Amino acid sequence: MDQPPKESWNSRFGVILAVMGSAVGLGNFLRFPGQAAQNGGGLFMIPYLVAFLIVGIPLAWSEWALGRYGGKQGYNSAPGIFGHVLGGRHGAYFGMLGTVMPVLIYTYYVILEALCLYFAWSFLNGAIPELGGNVEQVSGYVVTSLGMGEHGAMFTGGQTTMLGMIVVCFFINFTLIYRGLSQGIEKFCAFAMPLLVLCAFIVLFRVLTLPPNPAHPDQSLLNGLGFLWNPIKGNSSIWETLAQPKVWVAATGQIFFSLSLGFGLILTYASYLKRDDDVCLSSLTSAAGNGFCEVILGGMIAIPAAFIFLGPAFLSNPDNIGTFSLGFMTLPNVFNQMPAGAFFGFLFFFLLFLAAITSSLSMLQPSIALLEEGLGLNRKKSVATLGLITFIGTGFIAWYSKGLTALDTVDFWMANFFIFIFATFQTLIFGWVIGRDKGYRELTSGAEIRVPHWIMFMIRYVSPTFLIGIFILWCRKELGGRIEALAVKPGEGLPVELLSLGFIIAVMIFFSFVIARANQRWAAEPTETEETE
Amino acid sequence: MTTGGWIVMSIAVGGMTSLLIWCVYKVVKTPGATEHLHSPADIDPHDED
Repeated sequence: MDQPPKESWNSRFGVILAVMGSAVGLGNFLRFPGQAAQNGGGLFMIPYLVAFLIVGIPLAWSEWALGRYGGKQGYNSAPGIFGHVLGGRHGAYFGMLGTVMPVLIYTYYVILEALCLYFAWSFLNGAIPELGGNVEQVSGYVVTSLGMGEHGAMFTGGQTTMLGMIVVCFFINFTLIYRGLSQGIEKFCAFAMPLLVLCAFIVLFRVLTLPPNPAHPDQSLLNGLGFLWNPIKGNSSIWETLAQPKVWVAATGQIFFSLSLGFGLILTYASYLKRDDDVCLSSLTSAAGNGFCEVILGGMIAIPAAFIFLGPAFLSNPDNIGTFSLGFMTLPNVFNQMPAGAFFGFLFFFLLFLAAITSSLSMLQPSIALLEEGLGLNRKKSVATLGLITFIGTGFIAWYSKGLTALDTVDFWMANFFIFIFATFQTLIFGWVIGRDKGYRELTSGAEIRVPHWIMFMIRYVSPTFLIGIFILWCRKELGGRIEALAVKPGEGLPVELLSLGFIIAVMIFFSFVIARANQRWAAEPTETEETE
Repeated sequence: MTTGGWIVMSIAVGGMTSLLIWCVYKVVKTPGATEHLHSPADIDPHDED
Protein backbone atom coordinates (compact mmCIF):
# COMPACT_ATOMS: atom_id res chain seq x y z
CA MET A 1 0.00 0.00 0.00
CA ASP A 2 1.27 3.45 -0.83
CA GLN A 3 2.17 5.46 2.19
CA PRO A 4 1.60 9.22 2.07
CA PRO A 5 4.87 11.16 2.11
CA LYS A 6 6.07 11.73 5.63
CA GLU A 7 5.88 15.35 6.68
CA SER A 8 9.11 16.96 7.73
CA TRP A 9 9.65 18.27 11.22
CA ASN A 10 10.03 21.70 9.69
CA SER A 11 6.56 21.68 8.18
CA ARG A 12 4.97 20.38 11.39
CA PHE A 13 6.86 22.95 13.41
CA GLY A 14 5.65 25.54 10.89
CA VAL A 15 2.05 24.53 11.53
CA ILE A 16 2.50 24.88 15.28
CA LEU A 17 4.11 28.30 14.85
CA ALA A 18 1.42 29.46 12.43
CA VAL A 19 -1.41 28.34 14.72
CA MET A 20 0.23 29.74 17.85
CA GLY A 21 1.47 32.86 16.11
CA SER A 22 -1.99 33.85 15.01
CA ALA A 23 -3.07 34.00 18.64
CA VAL A 24 -0.18 36.14 19.88
CA GLY A 25 -0.68 39.88 19.79
CA LEU A 26 -1.36 43.07 21.68
CA GLY A 27 -3.99 41.32 23.80
CA ASN A 28 -1.34 39.11 25.37
CA PHE A 29 1.39 41.61 26.10
CA LEU A 30 -0.51 44.86 26.59
CA ARG A 31 -4.18 44.25 27.40
CA PHE A 32 -3.79 41.30 29.75
CA PRO A 33 -1.44 42.96 32.29
CA GLY A 34 -3.76 45.95 32.59
CA GLN A 35 -6.83 43.76 33.03
CA ALA A 36 -5.09 41.60 35.65
CA ALA A 37 -3.80 44.60 37.59
CA GLN A 38 -7.21 46.30 37.53
CA ASN A 39 -9.11 43.21 38.59
CA GLY A 40 -7.51 41.68 41.63
CA GLY A 41 -4.04 40.70 40.41
CA GLY A 42 -3.50 37.02 41.31
CA LEU A 43 -7.18 36.50 41.96
CA PHE A 44 -7.85 37.52 38.36
CA MET A 45 -6.25 34.20 37.39
CA ILE A 46 -9.12 32.26 38.97
CA PRO A 47 -11.91 33.75 36.79
CA TYR A 48 -9.44 33.80 33.91
CA LEU A 49 -8.74 30.06 34.12
CA VAL A 50 -12.41 29.26 34.76
CA ALA A 51 -13.45 31.36 31.75
CA PHE A 52 -10.73 29.72 29.65
CA LEU A 53 -12.10 26.24 30.40
CA ILE A 54 -15.85 26.94 30.61
CA VAL A 55 -16.21 29.49 27.85
CA GLY A 56 -12.94 29.85 25.92
CA ILE A 57 -12.47 26.32 24.63
CA PRO A 58 -16.20 25.47 24.10
CA LEU A 59 -16.79 28.80 22.34
CA ALA A 60 -13.66 28.42 20.21
CA TRP A 61 -14.83 25.00 19.07
CA SER A 62 -18.42 26.06 18.45
CA GLU A 63 -17.35 29.23 16.58
CA TRP A 64 -14.94 27.34 14.32
CA ALA A 65 -17.52 24.61 13.70
CA LEU A 66 -20.37 27.08 13.10
CA GLY A 67 -18.23 29.06 10.67
CA ARG A 68 -17.19 25.97 8.73
CA TYR A 69 -20.84 24.83 8.65
CA GLY A 70 -21.90 28.23 7.27
CA GLY A 71 -19.16 28.10 4.65
CA LYS A 72 -20.45 24.74 3.44
CA GLN A 73 -23.80 26.42 2.85
CA GLY A 74 -22.12 29.18 0.85
CA TYR A 75 -22.04 31.96 3.46
CA ASN A 76 -18.93 33.73 4.72
CA SER A 77 -20.33 36.55 6.85
CA ALA A 78 -21.89 36.29 10.30
CA PRO A 79 -25.24 37.69 9.06
CA GLY A 80 -25.25 35.18 6.21
CA ILE A 81 -24.47 32.27 8.52
CA PHE A 82 -26.94 33.36 11.21
CA GLY A 83 -29.59 34.06 8.59
CA HIS A 84 -29.18 30.58 7.13
CA VAL A 85 -29.20 28.79 10.47
CA LEU A 86 -32.06 30.78 12.01
CA GLY A 87 -34.03 31.11 8.80
CA GLY A 88 -36.09 34.06 7.70
CA ARG A 89 -35.01 37.64 7.03
CA HIS A 90 -34.68 38.58 10.69
CA GLY A 91 -32.09 35.91 11.41
CA ALA A 92 -29.38 37.78 9.52
CA TYR A 93 -29.75 40.83 11.79
CA PHE A 94 -28.70 38.70 14.76
CA GLY A 95 -25.37 38.34 13.00
CA MET A 96 -24.86 42.07 12.49
CA LEU A 97 -22.61 42.38 15.52
CA GLY A 98 -20.28 39.86 13.88
CA THR A 99 -19.37 42.49 11.30
CA VAL A 100 -19.79 45.68 13.33
CA MET A 101 -17.54 44.60 16.20
CA PRO A 102 -14.42 43.79 14.16
CA VAL A 103 -14.77 47.10 12.28
CA LEU A 104 -15.11 49.16 15.45
CA ILE A 105 -12.40 47.28 17.32
CA TYR A 106 -10.16 47.92 14.30
CA THR A 107 -10.75 51.68 14.61
CA TYR A 108 -8.91 51.84 17.95
CA TYR A 109 -6.71 48.78 17.53
CA VAL A 110 -4.92 50.49 14.64
CA ILE A 111 -4.00 53.39 16.96
CA LEU A 112 -2.32 51.01 19.37
CA GLU A 113 -0.70 49.28 16.42
CA ALA A 114 0.66 52.67 15.37
CA LEU A 115 1.86 53.31 18.92
CA CYS A 116 3.88 50.06 18.74
CA LEU A 117 5.47 51.28 15.52
CA TYR A 118 6.05 54.72 17.05
CA PHE A 119 7.74 53.15 20.08
CA ALA A 120 9.89 50.92 17.84
CA TRP A 121 10.94 54.07 15.96
CA SER A 122 11.51 55.94 19.25
CA PHE A 123 13.84 53.19 20.49
CA LEU A 124 15.69 53.24 17.18
CA ASN A 125 16.23 57.01 17.12
CA GLY A 126 17.11 57.12 20.82
CA ALA A 127 14.13 59.20 21.97
CA ILE A 128 13.01 56.65 24.57
CA PRO A 129 16.47 55.37 25.63
CA GLU A 130 17.55 58.91 26.48
CA LEU A 131 14.73 59.12 29.04
CA GLY A 132 16.62 56.48 31.03
CA GLY A 133 14.85 55.17 34.11
CA ASN A 134 12.78 58.30 34.62
CA VAL A 135 9.33 56.82 35.11
CA GLU A 136 7.50 60.14 34.92
CA GLN A 137 9.15 61.06 31.64
CA VAL A 138 8.42 57.67 30.07
CA SER A 139 4.79 57.89 31.21
CA GLY A 140 4.67 61.44 29.90
CA TYR A 141 5.98 60.20 26.57
CA VAL A 142 2.93 57.91 26.23
CA VAL A 143 0.55 60.65 27.36
CA THR A 144 2.03 63.08 24.83
CA SER A 145 2.17 60.48 22.04
CA LEU A 146 -1.52 59.67 22.32
CA GLY A 147 -2.57 63.25 23.06
CA MET A 148 -4.13 62.11 26.32
CA GLY A 149 -3.95 65.59 27.85
CA GLU A 150 -6.43 67.34 25.56
CA HIS A 151 -8.89 66.46 22.82
CA GLY A 152 -7.34 67.01 19.42
CA ALA A 153 -3.82 67.23 20.90
CA MET A 154 -2.54 64.64 18.44
CA PHE A 155 -3.58 66.96 15.59
CA THR A 156 -2.71 70.32 17.07
CA GLY A 157 -0.01 69.56 19.64
CA GLY A 158 2.83 68.83 17.25
CA GLN A 159 2.40 65.04 17.46
CA THR A 160 2.71 64.71 13.71
CA THR A 161 4.98 61.66 13.96
CA MET A 162 2.38 59.64 15.88
CA LEU A 163 -0.33 60.84 13.52
CA GLY A 164 1.91 59.85 10.63
CA MET A 165 2.35 56.38 12.14
CA ILE A 166 -1.45 55.94 12.21
CA VAL A 167 -1.62 56.91 8.54
CA VAL A 168 1.26 54.50 7.77
CA CYS A 169 -0.54 51.67 9.59
CA PHE A 170 -3.76 52.44 7.70
CA PHE A 171 -1.85 52.49 4.45
CA ILE A 172 -0.12 49.15 5.19
CA ASN A 173 -3.35 47.44 6.30
CA PHE A 174 -5.44 48.56 3.38
CA THR A 175 -2.71 48.13 0.77
CA LEU A 176 -2.14 44.56 1.91
CA ILE A 177 -5.81 43.69 2.00
CA TYR A 178 -6.56 45.64 -1.21
CA ARG A 179 -3.89 43.76 -3.12
CA GLY A 180 -4.71 40.45 -1.46
CA LEU A 181 -1.21 40.16 -0.03
CA SER A 182 -2.31 39.02 3.40
CA GLN A 183 -0.96 35.54 2.72
CA GLY A 184 2.51 36.98 2.16
CA ILE A 185 2.67 38.83 5.42
CA GLU A 186 1.27 35.83 7.25
CA LYS A 187 4.12 33.70 5.97
CA PHE A 188 6.53 36.40 7.03
CA CYS A 189 4.96 36.56 10.47
CA ALA A 190 5.30 32.81 10.87
CA PHE A 191 8.98 33.71 11.40
CA ALA A 192 8.38 37.00 13.15
CA MET A 193 6.08 35.62 15.85
CA PRO A 194 8.57 33.07 17.21
CA LEU A 195 11.10 35.90 17.26
CA LEU A 196 8.63 37.98 19.29
CA VAL A 197 8.18 35.14 21.77
CA LEU A 198 11.98 34.66 21.98
CA CYS A 199 12.41 38.39 22.55
CA ALA A 200 9.70 38.28 25.23
CA PHE A 201 11.56 35.43 26.98
CA ILE A 202 14.74 37.55 27.00
CA VAL A 203 12.79 40.44 28.53
CA LEU A 204 11.20 38.05 31.02
CA PHE A 205 14.67 36.87 32.03
CA ARG A 206 15.70 40.51 32.54
CA VAL A 207 12.63 41.20 34.66
CA LEU A 208 13.22 38.09 36.75
CA THR A 209 16.80 39.22 37.41
CA LEU A 210 15.99 42.86 38.25
CA PRO A 211 17.41 44.04 41.57
CA PRO A 212 15.09 45.74 44.08
CA ASN A 213 14.46 49.45 43.53
CA PRO A 214 17.37 51.13 45.44
CA ALA A 215 15.10 53.98 46.56
CA HIS A 216 12.41 51.58 47.77
CA PRO A 217 13.87 48.19 48.81
CA ASP A 218 10.35 46.79 49.31
CA GLN A 219 9.78 47.12 45.57
CA SER A 220 11.53 43.82 44.83
CA LEU A 221 10.90 41.09 42.29
CA LEU A 222 9.37 38.70 44.82
CA ASN A 223 6.99 41.38 46.07
CA GLY A 224 6.20 42.23 42.44
CA LEU A 225 5.39 38.61 41.70
CA GLY A 226 3.36 38.60 44.90
CA PHE A 227 1.40 41.62 43.69
CA LEU A 228 0.42 39.62 40.62
CA TRP A 229 -0.08 36.17 42.09
CA ASN A 230 -1.03 36.61 45.78
CA PRO A 231 -4.73 35.76 46.10
CA ILE A 232 -5.28 38.00 49.14
CA LYS A 233 -4.50 41.71 49.04
CA GLY A 234 -4.95 44.38 51.66
CA ASN A 235 -8.31 44.35 53.35
CA SER A 236 -10.18 42.63 50.51
CA SER A 237 -10.99 38.98 51.07
CA ILE A 238 -10.92 36.42 48.27
CA TRP A 239 -14.70 36.33 48.20
CA GLU A 240 -15.11 40.10 48.11
CA THR A 241 -12.94 40.24 45.00
CA LEU A 242 -14.48 37.21 43.32
CA ALA A 243 -17.99 38.48 44.07
CA GLN A 244 -17.42 41.44 41.76
CA PRO A 245 -19.06 40.71 38.38
CA LYS A 246 -16.64 43.10 36.66
CA VAL A 247 -13.74 40.80 37.50
CA TRP A 248 -15.47 37.88 35.78
CA VAL A 249 -16.53 39.99 32.83
CA ALA A 250 -13.00 41.35 32.44
CA ALA A 251 -11.53 37.83 32.55
CA THR A 252 -14.04 36.46 30.05
CA GLY A 253 -13.66 39.54 27.84
CA GLN A 254 -9.90 39.06 27.89
CA ILE A 255 -10.32 35.44 26.78
CA PHE A 256 -12.59 36.58 23.96
CA PHE A 257 -10.29 39.41 22.91
CA SER A 258 -7.02 37.51 22.91
CA LEU A 259 -8.48 34.36 21.32
CA SER A 260 -10.36 36.55 18.80
CA LEU A 261 -13.60 34.89 19.89
CA GLY A 262 -17.12 36.24 20.10
CA PHE A 263 -16.81 38.99 17.54
CA GLY A 264 -17.31 37.22 14.26
CA LEU A 265 -13.70 36.99 13.15
CA ILE A 266 -13.25 33.23 13.54
CA LEU A 267 -16.76 32.67 12.18
CA THR A 268 -15.75 34.27 8.88
CA TYR A 269 -12.32 32.64 8.60
CA ALA A 270 -13.67 29.18 9.46
CA SER A 271 -16.23 29.57 6.68
CA TYR A 272 -13.38 29.28 4.16
CA LEU A 273 -12.24 25.89 5.53
CA LYS A 274 -12.77 22.63 3.72
CA ARG A 275 -15.32 20.13 5.04
CA ASP A 276 -12.73 17.83 6.60
CA ASP A 277 -10.30 20.40 7.91
CA ASP A 278 -9.66 20.03 11.61
CA VAL A 279 -11.08 22.71 13.87
CA CYS A 280 -10.60 21.07 17.27
CA LEU A 281 -6.84 20.59 17.60
CA SER A 282 -6.14 23.79 15.64
CA SER A 283 -8.20 26.00 17.93
CA LEU A 284 -7.06 24.22 21.09
CA THR A 285 -3.39 24.67 20.12
CA SER A 286 -4.08 28.29 19.34
CA ALA A 287 -5.81 28.76 22.71
CA ALA A 288 -3.00 26.98 24.56
CA GLY A 289 -0.30 29.05 22.82
CA ASN A 290 -2.25 32.19 23.57
CA GLY A 291 -2.73 31.28 27.23
CA PHE A 292 0.95 30.42 27.60
CA CYS A 293 2.10 33.74 26.15
CA GLU A 294 -0.50 35.67 28.10
CA VAL A 295 -0.03 34.19 31.55
CA ILE A 296 3.71 33.57 31.50
CA LEU A 297 5.04 36.31 29.24
CA GLY A 298 2.34 38.99 29.30
CA GLY A 299 1.60 38.73 33.00
CA MET A 300 5.02 38.10 34.45
CA ILE A 301 6.81 40.85 32.56
CA ALA A 302 4.73 44.00 32.88
CA ILE A 303 3.26 43.76 36.37
CA PRO A 304 6.38 42.74 38.35
CA ALA A 305 8.38 45.32 36.38
CA ALA A 306 5.77 47.99 37.08
CA PHE A 307 5.87 47.06 40.76
CA ILE A 308 9.65 47.46 40.92
CA PHE A 309 9.86 50.70 38.94
CA LEU A 310 6.56 52.36 39.74
CA GLY A 311 5.54 50.85 43.06
CA PRO A 312 2.31 49.40 44.47
CA ALA A 313 0.72 52.83 44.87
CA PHE A 314 1.01 53.40 41.12
CA LEU A 315 -0.57 50.02 40.37
CA SER A 316 -3.35 50.61 42.86
CA ASN A 317 -4.52 53.70 40.97
CA PRO A 318 -6.92 52.57 38.22
CA ASP A 319 -6.08 55.68 36.17
CA ASN A 320 -2.49 54.49 35.82
CA ILE A 321 -3.28 51.01 34.58
CA GLY A 322 -5.77 51.60 31.83
CA THR A 323 -6.38 48.85 29.35
CA PHE A 324 -3.17 49.36 27.41
CA SER A 325 -1.15 52.06 29.12
CA LEU A 326 0.62 49.72 31.53
CA GLY A 327 2.58 47.98 28.81
CA PHE A 328 3.58 51.23 27.13
CA MET A 329 4.55 52.97 30.37
CA THR A 330 6.30 50.07 32.03
CA LEU A 331 8.09 48.05 29.38
CA PRO A 332 10.19 50.99 28.13
CA ASN A 333 11.57 51.31 31.67
CA VAL A 334 12.60 47.67 31.57
CA PHE A 335 14.32 48.09 28.22
CA ASN A 336 16.01 51.29 29.37
CA GLN A 337 17.61 49.40 32.26
CA MET A 338 18.91 46.34 30.43
CA PRO A 339 22.01 45.82 28.28
CA ALA A 340 21.32 46.57 24.61
CA GLY A 341 17.91 47.80 25.78
CA ALA A 342 17.48 50.14 22.82
CA PHE A 343 17.88 47.22 20.41
CA PHE A 344 15.57 44.91 22.36
CA GLY A 345 13.06 47.73 22.81
CA PHE A 346 13.03 48.36 19.09
CA LEU A 347 12.81 44.64 18.30
CA PHE A 348 10.05 43.96 20.82
CA PHE A 349 7.78 46.82 19.77
CA PHE A 350 8.44 46.23 16.07
CA LEU A 351 7.55 42.55 16.38
CA LEU A 352 4.49 43.53 18.41
CA PHE A 353 3.59 45.87 15.57
CA LEU A 354 3.85 42.96 13.10
CA ALA A 355 1.68 40.80 15.36
CA ALA A 356 -0.83 43.63 15.47
CA ILE A 357 -0.82 43.91 11.68
CA THR A 358 -1.86 40.25 11.33
CA SER A 359 -4.71 40.82 13.80
CA SER A 360 -5.92 44.09 12.29
CA LEU A 361 -5.88 42.58 8.80
CA SER A 362 -8.07 39.73 9.99
CA MET A 363 -10.50 42.20 11.62
CA LEU A 364 -11.29 43.65 8.21
CA GLN A 365 -12.26 40.36 6.57
CA PRO A 366 -15.72 39.80 8.22
CA SER A 367 -17.13 43.10 6.94
CA ILE A 368 -15.48 42.65 3.52
CA ALA A 369 -17.29 39.29 3.32
CA LEU A 370 -20.62 40.99 4.12
CA LEU A 371 -20.09 43.86 1.69
CA GLU A 372 -19.30 41.33 -1.03
CA GLU A 373 -22.28 39.15 -0.15
CA GLY A 374 -24.68 41.98 0.58
CA LEU A 375 -23.91 44.64 -2.00
CA GLY A 376 -22.31 42.41 -4.61
CA LEU A 377 -19.18 44.56 -4.51
CA ASN A 378 -15.89 43.08 -5.60
CA ARG A 379 -13.09 42.85 -3.07
CA LYS A 380 -11.45 46.13 -4.01
CA LYS A 381 -14.68 48.16 -3.79
CA SER A 382 -15.49 46.47 -0.46
CA VAL A 383 -12.04 47.38 0.82
CA ALA A 384 -12.46 50.99 -0.32
CA THR A 385 -15.87 51.27 1.40
CA LEU A 386 -14.49 49.79 4.57
CA GLY A 387 -11.45 52.06 4.37
CA LEU A 388 -13.69 55.13 4.44
CA ILE A 389 -15.71 53.90 7.44
CA THR A 390 -12.66 52.92 9.49
CA PHE A 391 -10.75 56.08 8.57
CA ILE A 392 -13.61 58.20 9.94
CA GLY A 393 -13.79 56.00 13.05
CA THR A 394 -10.06 56.12 13.75
CA GLY A 395 -10.02 59.87 13.15
CA PHE A 396 -12.85 60.25 15.66
CA ILE A 397 -11.03 58.18 18.31
CA ALA A 398 -7.70 59.94 17.65
CA TRP A 399 -9.37 63.36 17.99
CA TYR A 400 -11.22 62.63 21.25
CA SER A 401 -8.01 61.52 22.92
CA LYS A 402 -8.25 63.24 26.32
CA GLY A 403 -7.93 60.44 28.84
CA LEU A 404 -8.45 58.06 25.90
CA THR A 405 -12.19 58.56 26.49
CA ALA A 406 -13.37 57.64 23.00
CA LEU A 407 -11.04 54.63 22.82
CA ASP A 408 -12.17 53.44 26.24
CA THR A 409 -15.86 53.95 25.38
CA VAL A 410 -15.70 52.02 22.11
CA ASP A 411 -13.61 49.30 23.82
CA PHE A 412 -16.18 49.09 26.62
CA TRP A 413 -19.20 48.69 24.36
CA MET A 414 -17.47 46.38 21.88
CA ALA A 415 -15.02 44.28 23.92
CA ASN A 416 -17.09 44.10 27.11
CA PHE A 417 -20.77 44.60 26.30
CA PHE A 418 -21.65 43.52 22.77
CA ILE A 419 -19.04 40.76 22.67
CA PHE A 420 -20.96 39.01 25.46
CA ILE A 421 -24.25 39.33 23.64
CA PHE A 422 -22.84 38.01 20.38
CA ALA A 423 -20.85 35.21 22.04
CA THR A 424 -23.98 34.09 23.89
CA PHE A 425 -26.04 34.15 20.66
CA GLN A 426 -23.39 32.13 18.92
CA THR A 427 -23.20 29.50 21.64
CA LEU A 428 -26.99 29.18 21.83
CA ILE A 429 -27.32 28.92 18.05
CA PHE A 430 -24.71 26.20 17.82
CA GLY A 431 -25.92 24.32 20.88
CA TRP A 432 -29.67 24.62 20.42
CA VAL A 433 -30.52 25.54 16.82
CA ILE A 434 -27.97 23.32 15.11
CA GLY A 435 -28.50 21.03 18.06
CA ARG A 436 -26.68 18.45 20.13
CA ASP A 437 -26.20 15.60 17.66
CA LYS A 438 -25.69 17.58 14.47
CA GLY A 439 -23.51 20.07 16.36
CA TYR A 440 -21.29 17.28 17.64
CA ARG A 441 -20.99 15.81 14.15
CA GLU A 442 -20.07 19.21 12.75
CA LEU A 443 -17.52 19.80 15.46
CA THR A 444 -15.82 16.42 15.17
CA SER A 445 -15.80 16.26 11.37
CA GLY A 446 -12.10 16.03 10.49
CA ALA A 447 -11.09 16.38 14.16
CA GLU A 448 -7.53 15.34 14.88
CA ILE A 449 -8.26 14.74 18.58
CA ARG A 450 -11.00 12.84 20.34
CA VAL A 451 -13.65 15.27 21.54
CA PRO A 452 -15.74 14.12 24.51
CA HIS A 453 -19.51 14.07 24.02
CA TRP A 454 -20.04 16.15 27.13
CA ILE A 455 -18.62 19.15 25.31
CA MET A 456 -22.10 19.63 23.84
CA PHE A 457 -23.51 19.73 27.38
CA MET A 458 -20.97 22.48 28.10
CA ILE A 459 -21.92 24.36 24.93
CA ARG A 460 -25.68 23.97 25.45
CA TYR A 461 -25.95 24.56 29.20
CA VAL A 462 -22.81 25.55 31.06
CA SER A 463 -21.28 28.19 28.74
CA PRO A 464 -24.52 30.12 28.07
CA THR A 465 -25.54 29.99 31.74
CA PHE A 466 -22.12 31.29 32.75
CA LEU A 467 -22.20 34.02 30.10
CA ILE A 468 -25.77 35.15 30.80
CA GLY A 469 -25.32 34.96 34.58
CA ILE A 470 -22.22 37.12 34.87
CA PHE A 471 -23.47 39.46 32.15
CA ILE A 472 -26.69 40.22 34.02
CA LEU A 473 -24.86 40.69 37.32
CA TRP A 474 -22.29 42.91 35.63
CA CYS A 475 -24.96 45.01 33.88
CA ARG A 476 -26.73 45.60 37.18
CA LYS A 477 -23.52 46.76 38.81
CA GLU A 478 -21.53 48.49 36.07
CA LEU A 479 -23.85 49.62 33.32
CA GLY A 480 -25.39 52.42 35.41
CA GLY A 481 -22.13 54.36 35.51
CA ARG A 482 -21.68 54.08 31.76
CA ILE A 483 -25.25 55.22 31.14
CA GLU A 484 -24.78 58.17 33.51
CA ALA A 485 -21.67 59.19 31.56
CA LEU A 486 -23.89 59.63 28.51
CA ALA A 487 -25.90 62.40 30.19
CA VAL A 488 -25.49 65.87 28.74
CA LYS A 489 -24.29 68.28 31.44
CA PRO A 490 -25.48 71.91 31.25
CA GLY A 491 -22.99 74.14 29.46
CA GLU A 492 -20.56 71.32 28.62
CA GLY A 493 -21.75 70.18 25.21
CA LEU A 494 -22.21 66.58 24.20
CA PRO A 495 -20.05 64.18 26.23
CA VAL A 496 -17.50 62.14 24.29
CA GLU A 497 -19.07 58.97 25.65
CA LEU A 498 -22.36 59.91 23.96
CA LEU A 499 -20.65 60.87 20.71
CA SER A 500 -18.77 57.55 20.74
CA LEU A 501 -22.00 55.61 21.26
CA GLY A 502 -23.56 57.67 18.46
CA PHE A 503 -20.76 56.62 16.15
CA ILE A 504 -21.26 52.97 17.11
CA ILE A 505 -24.99 53.27 16.35
CA ALA A 506 -24.28 54.98 13.01
CA VAL A 507 -22.05 52.06 11.97
CA MET A 508 -24.76 49.63 13.05
CA ILE A 509 -27.36 51.47 10.96
CA PHE A 510 -25.06 51.32 7.92
CA PHE A 511 -24.54 47.59 8.28
CA SER A 512 -28.26 46.96 8.89
CA PHE A 513 -28.87 48.55 5.44
CA VAL A 514 -26.22 46.27 3.98
CA ILE A 515 -27.91 43.26 5.61
CA ALA A 516 -31.32 44.35 4.25
CA ARG A 517 -29.80 44.44 0.77
CA ALA A 518 -28.07 41.11 1.40
CA ASN A 519 -31.39 39.55 2.39
CA GLN A 520 -32.82 40.61 -0.98
CA ARG A 521 -29.86 39.10 -2.82
CA TRP A 522 -29.97 35.85 -0.85
CA ALA A 523 -33.74 35.58 -1.49
CA ALA A 524 -33.23 36.21 -5.22
CA GLU A 525 -30.13 34.04 -5.63
CA PRO A 526 -29.96 31.30 -2.98
CA THR A 527 -26.40 30.12 -2.40
CA GLU A 528 -25.34 26.68 -3.50
CA THR A 529 -25.28 24.27 -0.61
CA GLU A 530 -23.07 21.26 -0.31
CA GLU A 531 -25.36 19.53 2.06
CA THR A 532 -29.01 18.59 2.01
CA GLU A 533 -30.69 19.91 5.13
CA MET B 1 5.02 36.34 47.80
CA THR B 2 2.74 34.27 50.00
CA THR B 3 2.17 30.51 49.84
CA GLY B 4 -1.18 31.22 48.20
CA GLY B 5 0.64 33.24 45.55
CA TRP B 6 3.03 30.38 44.81
CA ILE B 7 0.07 27.97 44.55
CA VAL B 8 -1.88 30.24 42.16
CA MET B 9 1.23 30.83 40.04
CA SER B 10 2.07 27.12 39.90
CA ILE B 11 -1.45 26.18 38.82
CA ALA B 12 -1.68 28.93 36.16
CA VAL B 13 1.82 28.50 34.74
CA GLY B 14 1.83 24.70 35.06
CA GLY B 15 -1.66 24.32 33.61
CA MET B 16 -1.02 26.49 30.55
CA THR B 17 2.41 24.93 29.91
CA SER B 18 1.05 21.39 30.21
CA LEU B 19 -1.83 22.12 27.84
CA LEU B 20 0.54 23.66 25.30
CA ILE B 21 2.97 20.72 25.49
CA TRP B 22 0.09 18.25 25.01
CA CYS B 23 -1.19 20.20 21.98
CA VAL B 24 2.28 20.37 20.42
CA TYR B 25 2.66 16.62 20.99
CA LYS B 26 -0.69 15.95 19.27
CA VAL B 27 0.23 18.18 16.31
CA VAL B 28 3.58 16.44 15.93
CA LYS B 29 1.87 13.04 16.03
CA THR B 30 -0.92 14.01 13.61
CA PRO B 31 -0.54 12.65 10.08
CA GLY B 32 -1.34 15.34 7.52
CA ALA B 33 -1.08 18.13 10.07
CA THR B 34 0.09 20.61 7.46
CA GLU B 35 -3.03 19.97 5.37
CA HIS B 36 -5.70 19.82 8.04
CA LEU B 37 -4.65 22.23 10.79
CA HIS B 38 -5.34 25.90 10.21
CA SER B 39 -5.35 29.31 11.81
CA PRO B 40 -6.76 32.59 10.47
CA ALA B 41 -3.14 33.29 9.50
CA ASP B 42 -3.09 30.68 6.75
CA ILE B 43 -6.70 30.62 5.58
CA ASP B 44 -7.16 32.10 2.13
CA PRO B 45 -10.50 33.92 1.68
CA HIS B 46 -10.14 33.16 -2.06
CA ASP B 47 -12.21 36.16 -3.00
CA GLU B 48 -9.49 38.29 -4.54
CA ASP B 49 -10.14 39.90 -7.88
